[in-house]
Amino acid sequence: MAEDTVYMSTPDEFGRFGEFGGRFVPEALMPACLELEDAFLDAWSDREFLAEYQSVLADFAGRPTPITPLARLSERLGISIYAKREDLAHTGSHKINNVVGQTLLTVRMGKSRVIAETGAGQHGVATATAAARLGLACTIFMGEVDTKRQELNVFRMELLGATVVPVTSGSRTLKDAVNEAMREWVTCVEDTHYCLGSVMGPHPFPWMVREMQSIIGHEAARQLRDIRVGTPDYVVACVGGGSNAAGVFAGFANSSAQLVGVEAAGGAAVGHGSPGVLHGMRSLIMQDEFGQIEEAHSISAGLDYPGIGPEHAHLAASGRARYVEVGDEVIIDALRTLSELEGIIPALESAHAVAWLIREAGREIPLGSSVLLNMSGRGDKDVAQVLSILRSGS
Amino acid sequence: MKSLERHLRALRKTGVKALVPYFMAGVTTDWVRHVEAAVAGGASAVEIGVPFSDPMMDGVVIQEAGLRSLANGTTLDSLCAEVAGLTLDVPLVAMSYYNVFHHYGLAASARRLADSGFDGAIVPDLAPEEAEPWRDACHSVDVATVFLVAPSTPSERVTRIAAMSEGFVYAAARMAVTGRASDLGAAPRVVAAVRRATDLPTYVGIGITTPEQAREAAQVADGVIVGSALVRTILDGASPADTEELVNSFRRALD
Ligand SMILES: Cc1ncc(COP(=O)(O)O)c(C=O)c1O
Repeated sequence: MAEDTVYMSTPDEFGRFGEFGGRFVPEALMPACLELEDAFLDAWSDREFLAEYQSVLADFAGRPTPITPLARLSERLGISIYAKREDLAHTGSHKINNVVGQTLLTVRMGKSRVIAETGAGQHGVATATAAARLGLACTIFMGEVDTKRQELNVFRMELLGATVVPVTSGSRTLKDAVNEAMREWVTCVEDTHYCLGSVMGPHPFPWMVREMQSIIGHEAARQLRDIRVGTPDYVVACVGGGSNAAGVFAGFANSSAQLVGVEAAGGAAVGHGSPGVLHGMRSLIMQDEFGQIEEAHSISAGLDYPGIGPEHAHLAASGRARYVEVGDEVIIDALRTLSELEGIIPALESAHAVAWLIREAGREIPLGSSVLLNMSGRGDKDVAQVLSILRSGS
Repeated sequence: MKSLERHLRALRKTGVKALVPYFMAGVTTDWVRHVEAAVAGGASAVEIGVPFSDPMMDGVVIQEAGLRSLANGTTLDSLCAEVAGLTLDVPLVAMSYYNVFHHYGLAASARRLADSGFDGAIVPDLAPEEAEPWRDACHSVDVATVFLVAPSTPSERVTRIAAMSEGFVYAAARMAVTGRASDLGAAPRVVAAVRRATDLPTYVGIGITTPEQAREAAQVADGVIVGSALVRTILDGASPADTEELVNSFRRALD
């Protein structure tokens, strides 16, 4: 690792972060990816566009989100934890940051419709919300298994005027929803933008989504300075595709903070994956000995993804960030602990980051350390599932 | 020039329109009998699908065939072993998503294909921009890489793709995944764009469902690729004799 390496800057002309990333899509989609890259570059250097993006995030989405010192949990664990409250953003998670940017870009490209995949439903709800605001037609692809796990979010999307398509191919979860959205996109690229929900997929998505989420990290860095915490010892976030983690890491990539991504044990692309090509990117992917993609299994639909964004694969390979895993069995406890001690019910996804802190405080994390915890979303969507898990006594 | 291209250029010289049926390897235990039947029915080359868990470019028919094949335990090695046992006088082209080759190893995949009697490969999610490592792997073996041109491909890209493609250029008739369709879509326009860029044989595929559509496509193109229409009948229990008859009905429409 060279001293002067700059982390999380722009990818190369092929959209690569080190050996990961790139653009592996059918020819029919290549022109749309190239168009998107140009449109994003143009918009992202246009002050007016950036001003509109920021004003929508402020006036509509409720940014900046606060930083909350978690006093009682900190006391119990012997470390100082500061939560970045993406759970307080409109629609209940960080997903809104990305969709506000991408829907504004959709309008700028002259397109009238968005499609998206969703796992937990948070990205679907966020997309439907941002689309409604701009009068864009909206279709959401959601694995049939997930439409059952997250019934309320399906209804929410429908209330917002979106059409939800249950995906019955393959494993009927997030990875299949991505396949189906890609298949649909081929038929409608002329008037439709694919509003991908994480830092994955073909270039420019991993980079564009990270940029649109980096507001999390930049805000947090400023807020921690303001309260005189400065650079924390650790920045911790859960990782599905990796968008909330990329967003918060972006504010600290070139600082002394240790960056830690927490994967679900059943969807740990860094922990159990190997280099592969899926959904338009070369990254770390969970696959069998023949290169067939494995199904992820997690208590949280949002982490049920067998891959990870290519920039995370690169951050892992270069050693700049570390990726750890926690199993389903500690998630409910973590959710209850945070709820009871802090009055914050986290999303099951975010509870993974909490669970890692509970497990490692005083072990891997030296007592007295300062930690920025990205609270990627609120648990309202999960309470029915948590209730049924607690009732069934498992 | 690789054998596939020599063969297909020679075929065009004879004035015969190429008929390229697609089969999913391993979908039934007797799948290679369907390949042989297709050749008996008048196939000019055969495209053989390598199953992949996440076929982004395929519609419901080929998805179903792929999942069935995987459930039957098909692997690149197992299908190559079966193909190696065939003696056919037409070229064979493998169609696989990139991850299968990427995972097996690019050089190892290319060699395995060549040793098993494949003459070419179509890798629909391998964009020309990313294709160099694969092309390098195929450099020293006689496996041609066929690239696709889509209705959305702008003309300067058509030129670049045509220059990279070996054997033939795959002209996608429509903006869609594989499946059955009721018309030829944008095929004439796509073929014309390819013709302006290259004199490589140009075949139309994606959505060709009936012999009548095949005849129409062959009026502008050098050949046609027929996939889902055949695979559907095999999923529904067609015998190799049924396949021979169906392929022959396409053959007669083209002649
Ligand atoms: C609250 C929350 N956190 C995290 C994630 C995981 O996504 P990512 O890794 O892109 O942040 C999701 C996905 O649905 C989510 O809803």
